[in-house]
Amino acid sequence: MPPQITPPGRNRGGPAARFGTEKVKPKDMKKAIGRLLGYIGKDKPKVALAVICVLISTGTNLAGTYMQRPIINCLGGAISAGDTMRYVMLMLLAMAGVYLTGVIAMMIQQRVMIRVSQNTLKRIRDDLFGKLQGLSVRYYDTNSAGDMMSRFTNDVDNIGLMFDSTILQIFSGMLTLVGTLALMLRTNLPLTVVTLIIAPLVARVAAAIAKNTRKYFGRQQAALGAVNGYIEETISGQKVVKVFNHEAKAKEEFAKLNEDLRDVQVRANFLGGIMGPCMNALSQANYTITAFVGAMLTFFTKLGKIGASSFAALDIGGLSVFVTYSRQFSRPINEISNQMNVIMSALAGAERVFAVMDMEPEAAHDTNLVNPERIRGDVVFNNVTFGYNPDKTILKNISMYAHPGQKIALVGSTGAGKTTIINLLTRFYDINSGEITIDGVDIRDINRETLRENIAMVLQDTHLFTGTVMENIRYGRLDATDAEVRAAAVTSCAHMFIKNMPDGYDTVLTGDGSNLSQGQRQLLNIARAALSKAPILILDEATSSVDTRTEQHINRGMDALMENRTTFVIAHRLSTIRNSDAIMVLEHGEIIERGTHEELLEMRGRYYELYTGIKELE
Amino acid sequence: MNRYLQYIKPYKLYFILGPLLMLTEVAGEIVLPKLMAGMINNGILGGGGTGFIIRQACIMFGCIIIQVSGGISGHYFSVKAAVNFSADIRRAVFDKVQEFSFKNIDKFSTGSLVTRLTNDITQVMNITRMALIMAVRSPGMLIGGVIMAFSIDAGLASIMFIMIPLLGLAIFLLMRTALPRFDSMQKSLDNLNSKTQENITNVRVIKSFVRGSFETERFDEASGELRDRTLNAMKIVVMTMPVMTLAMNITTIVVLWRGGNLVMGRELEIGSLSAIVQYTTQVLSSLMMVSMMIINSSRAVASIRRISEVLETKSDLTDEDAKYKDRLITEGRVEFRNVSFKYYEKRKDKVLGDISFTAEPGKVLGIVGITGSGKSSLVQLIPRLYDPTEGEVLIDGINVKDYSLYNLREGVGMVLQKNVLFSGSIMDNLRWGGEDAPEEEIYAAARAAQADGFVRGFTDGYDMELGRGGVNVSGGQKQRLCIARALLKKPKILILDDSTSAVDTATEAQIRHAFATTLKDTTKIIIAQRVSSVLDADKIIVLNDGRIAAEGTHDELIKSSEEYREIYYSQMDREREVS
Repeated sequence: MPPQITPPGRNRGGPAARFGTEKVKPKDMKKAIGRLLGYIGKDKPKVALAVICVLISTGTNLAGTYMQRPIINCLGGAISAGDTMRYVMLMLLAMAGVYLTGVIAMMIQQRVMIRVSQNTLKRIRDDLFGKLQGLSVRYYDTNSAGDMMSRFTNDVDNIGLMFDSTILQIFSGMLTLVGTLALMLRTNLPLTVVTLIIAPLVARVAAAIAKNTRKYFGRQQAALGAVNGYIEETISGQKVVKVFNHEAKAKEEFAKLNEDLRDVQVRANFLGGIMGPCMNALSQANYTITAFVGAMLTFFTKLGKIGASSFAALDIGGLSVFVTYSRQFSRPINEISNQMNVIMSALAGAERVFAVMDMEPEAAHDTNLVNPERIRGDVVFNNVTFGYNPDKTILKNISMYAHPGQKIALVGSTGAGKTTIINLLTRFYDINSGEITIDGVDIRDINRETLRENIAMVLQDTHLFTGTVMENIRYGRLDATDAEVRAAAVTSCAHMFIKNMPDGYDTVLTGDGSNLSQGQRQLLNIARAALSKAPILILDEATSSVDTRTEQHINRGMDALMENRTTFVIAHRLSTIRNSDAIMVLEHGEIIERGTHEELLEMRGRYYELYTGIKELE
Repeated sequence: MNRYLQYIKPYKLYFILGPLLMLTEVAGEIVLPKLMAGMINNGILGGGGTGFIIRQACIMFGCIIIQVSGGISGHYFSVKAAVNFSADIRRAVFDKVQEFSFKNIDKFSTGSLVTRLTNDITQVMNITRMALIMAVRSPGMLIGGVIMAFSIDAGLASIMFIMIPLLGLAIFLLMRTALPRFDSMQKSLDNLNSKTQENITNVRVIKSFVRGSFETERFDEASGELRDRTLNAMKIVVMTMPVMTLAMNITTIVVLWRGGNLVMGRELEIGSLSAIVQYTTQVLSSLMMVSMMIINSSRAVASIRRISEVLETKSDLTDEDAKYKDRLITEGRVEFRNVSFKYYEKRKDKVLGDISFTAEPGKVLGIVGITGSGKSSLVQLIPRLYDPTEGEVLIDGINVKDYSLYNLREGVGMVLQKNVLFSGSIMDNLRWGGEDAPEEEIYAAARAAQADGFVRGFTDGYDMELGRGGVNVSGGQKQRLCIARALLKKPKILILDDSTSAVDTATEAQIRHAFATTLKDTTKIIIAQRVSSVLDADKIIVLNDGRIAAEGTHDELIKSSEEYREIYYSQMDREREVS
């Protein structure tokens, strides 16, 4: 069987992935299989059709080969030329018919299965993505993005590989195995025994080589990881490398890692490569032994030393067919053992995918939900205590309030709990004790989506999406008109630089807006929030990368923006929070000082120290 | 392609031996069916008998031994050739990147350089290995099969001459249809992946704007597109198997029919017929392998092109024409004469225009201006991170282009705005500034940068391991470590590009104070967002839109410069209260 063509996108891993760095084993195969089958869903009739086609194509394949026997015998035996040729002709026509049926069945089966597998994959992908949207921020905070991505790419891919071909290949492999065995037995018993002795030997050798190979591929992956890690770090810091004249040193260090890789790579690839010739030679040996024994049997049958009705009797046609069979026999064994790896990694991948799907989504809507018509933005924290882990409290007994339209500033070192307060207000996390109310209603009683729709946020880490500038700003309110988007950009001082971009508002931003400076990205984020009509506004270090002069310009716009909105501001630059209605100084999860700018300065406490630059915020 | 010859040359022997030995494997495999035919013709049907059958079986085993040893050693040399070849290329590319100018790096982008060095080279390794093994093997099997079949019966074998072009054409047509479809499939796969990636990193934004279902909808759309395009491409590819099988089957039947006639006419022996059937199968499946190889090589060509792009790029900034290669920077007087600069030749508007000024040794030069006014671009011209488009930059009266790059950068300490620390201990990182510096000197530099205190506060002190990119220290700490690293170079010229933005004013003042004592003779150039950072500079340059808007001390500028006043007053409230 000629090898299948791999679509370019598929073999991301190269040969290493084929052998795998570690043996991936699914924990509960039955369960994973059951769920995967569930995803086939309404394509089940298609699968049934494919199975029937496999039965037909495997059957015809076996039959086609067997039909050579009477033809060759006929030719070898030579009854009378005319009759023989008519018989041969008929047989050949029959054979053509059988083969054609087989090919058609194979074609149908392949096309049907591709459709089934793609449909199934789409269902799994969409389901996974949908579930991911429902997961809490806690999940995202505790799991690496790379890990989540690999579930989307590698794991789903592995499942796809299994659906594409593996299942049916194993099925057809087994059918071929059984069918070949039956036909072999029918042809000649002693020869069958010979093949049955050799075949497991072949499988044993293959397993031994594969085991060694896996070991070395594991080492190769480690060395490759070291090299790639070094490349990534050095190239990312290339400018620093140059400024410090560090190029020679980098070359030297890299050369060392590269040598290590070279050594293990030769070994791993060599071992991986000899599998082919070894298996090939074994199957040739099998072929030779079969041919030898078969030839002897045929010879003796012909001489009459073996009776024509004896179990050992063999004719020339039988010998020729048998030799083909014995070649065919070891192939499904190899194939099935290869495909088992694919199945194992697919099932392991499926389990990883299902693990995400089974995660508890953000606590579903609680009972007694209040759905306030309009939120005014009266926020109260009442003795709020919270820790990301139960054993480590981050916020202790926080109480504070913000009346509609007020501006509250949060000041403190990294880790003091400023961002945590924001996380609680938006219900990214839920508090351990105490309560947070908006307009007098406990936020746990408000529909989570309603709550968030009423809060606009600008975060320090700027997040942009691939798409035009216009689309990115419009994210704040999907039904905003172009004019409204422009107005929001003017408010946030983003209009100036957008105007100067190659396509203005239609400029496409790529890769998290890497073609913009950090400051410009922050301005776009502010514009997005400006577009939103939410009554509560959160600015978490929203202007940290914007220069002071531009910041001043924004501030004018911001005043308009904050008017009639309850605003929470976190800022490193204390000049930006001076005019707050109240400033909270946080330290180790507690509010240690609170008051207006003037009051706090007068207190000559922590805020005063920070403001006058005596102390540094870490 | 010629450039790759030099990487092949050291491993010439492997490159030749690999495919050559594979030929022995092919030879062994090729003769087997013929030997088998002899067994039937002479052993069973002819008068050879058991003696002949045994002898023939022994010859066959001999062939297998030759075949397997040829195969294994062929693999060995092919792997050695491919791995060594690719390892040398990897090293060459890495070394090349080390010589790149900033401009070169900007052009390629970091991410793309990393991909070229990792994925593309791995791809080349795999393809080279496959090519060495298959290049001779598959065509060998094909040609060998044809020859063997002809040696048995030329008339019958000529059927292959009809089938080979037909099958070849079919495969070619299938692939020509499929390949562009794979490209579009790959595009929608990339699109889906980047969408997912964005969604994961932007989760807070999505949740806070309640755009979950909006995103899910968009994802479903992209996911459906991927499915359709995959189907579109795969439905062509899956045709290859049936077409292939059909071709083989038809050939078998035709050979049997015509061969049968010959056998009946006693023109062909029955064993030979069975051998020819086997050879035709062999030939057609080799044809399949050859076409696969051609397809795969088109992917390798893309990788090789991407690697070549790197190797062919000439660093646009070299010191080959430097006049005073041995000259060291002794004083550190920096002078700009009518300097203009733009990042891309084709861009119309300049980043810097007609800049002239001098920075004296031992003095402090401050540079202020709004975001995008060209501050960073200006200082990057001093250690030749970029070259000016017009005008010249001089150090100690000599054009920077006339120093060797090594000596130039050795004399200039620079703390970049986007600075990075590397994985390794704090000590390792600081040693970048002075590899052989005694520990006492390192501590002194850290003290001057106000880093010694907090470093000693860490459990492991200077031996604390920093994560990749220095993730486990705060922004202010990172900046101070970067300054310490630059100080350790004992530069004649020190450039700080907005390097204290996360450091509080009091600590920053201490750092500046330390400069005054430890770097008495050094030219100090400070870019700052905060006016307070440059308040006591000997000279301040105000940049506006790439031009010097004003120049002078703080007292002079506050009187004369509108721009300066605007910047100053935007921060002033706070300054006043501090003082």
